[in-house]
Amino acid sequence: MTLRSILAENLSCIRGGRLVFRDVGFRVEAGQALSLEGPNGAGKSSLLRMIAGFLAPAAGSILLKRDETEIFDGEERGNFIGWLGHHDAAKPQLSPRETLRFFAELYGATGDVDAALDEAGLRRARDLPCQYLSAGQKKRLSLARLKLGNRPLWLLDEPLAALDIAGKTLAAQFIRSHCASGGIAIAATHEALGIDSVRLALA
Amino acid sequence: MNPFSAVLFRDMRLATRAGGSAALALAFFAAVATLVPLGVGSDLHLLSRIAGGVLWIAAVLAALLSLDRLFQSDFEDGSLDLIALSPLPLESMSFAKIAAHWLTTGLPLTLLSPLLGVLFGLPPAGYAPLVLSLAIGTPAVSAIGAIGAALTLSIRRGGLILPFIVLPLLAPAVIFGSGAVLGVLDGLSNGAFWLLGAFSLVAVLLAPFACAAAVRLNLAG
Repeated sequence: MTLRSILAENLSCIRGGRLVFRDVGFRVEAGQALSLEGPNGAGKSSLLRMIAGFLAPAAGSILLKRDETEIFDGEERGNFIGWLGHHDAAKPQLSPRETLRFFAELYGATGDVDAALDEAGLRRARDLPCQYLSAGQKKRLSLARLKLGNRPLWLLDEPLAALDIAGKTLAAQFIRSHCASGGIAIAATHEALGIDSVRLALA
Repeated sequence: MNPFSAVLFRDMRLATRAGGSAALALAFFAAVATLVPLGVGSDLHLLSRIAGGVLWIAAVLAALLSLDRLFQSDFEDGSLDLIALSPLPLESMSFAKIAAHWLTTGLPLTLLSPLLGVLFGLPPAGYAPLVLSLAIGTPAVSAIGAIGAALTLSIRRGGLILPFIVLPLLAPAVIFGSGAVLGVLDGLSNGAFWLLGAFSLVAVLLAPFACAAAVRLNLAG
């Protein structure tokens, strides 16, 4: 599954009766990364949820283009999206290995679960229940899941938060190789991603 | 494994692991059913008459106890976002969760019920209808309970509101379920089993759609 581009036009977001942002637009081509910047409450997470199709825009449109085929529908859009939210989706009772195996089966991913865990630096913790994992390790688990899911459009909410220096390097490397292989990444972040990216500032 | 079984087995695993809801529901069911004879007294005739009703009410309450986190924990930890973006439709996901809940709660309750029937001096003729009515009816409890759980998934302490949504809807199951047991004991031919079966079937068929709609609504909120 590949995407040629994502185009957003004149997006407005209203949450709880308050206008969060208006007239936001961007265009990202395959192989590019977009970093969303802005202060707390600027609507970065809301914009990501909008792109994912969870949240309907108050105005405007989001189009995913693949070979001149346009995909409008929220749930159809979901099939293109790799999601890294600010929650870790790690059940305290399950180990990283069980967690990742579940999501691999859910997504029909064919990659090797153990290899993905090794790559994310979780080899030693892979059979430990997630309740004993640190916030950084859980983030690494999310990164492993993202990579294993193999979706063309990555939506990342604070992908670097809680990670150590090696972890931040790893995350940047994941995003870079994703884009290098024709993927698109859109990240909401307060820190420099450490990769070449187009910037979009939300006021 | 396909996505549907992935959700089914994961939820069953979570329910049966330490801190899971399965053992809790079973213990609650047993505790309530044990307490009633102590409170009502040792009038065996009375106890044998109310056995079906009490066990049915205890089963509904026990299931309710384990239902409130059905969608909520996945919502809070972000799993639900990831599940929503997977190839598995939310309807199928909901059905898998209902099935997992029934397999870890409704089914064990049903299997335990004859043992608790002994406490009530249930006549031998009453055991088969008791087990059968619970086997037929508890899927409806899981299904309708799941609708309530999906509606309240984003509400903090939504478990407290859950009974108000779910219990009125489950009244028919309790009426037909306990009525079926009494009917057999009284030697009446009654349609309670059929009505219970019809109720259960409709609930299980429609609940996944209601759950999915509620989940969509909550993910957008």
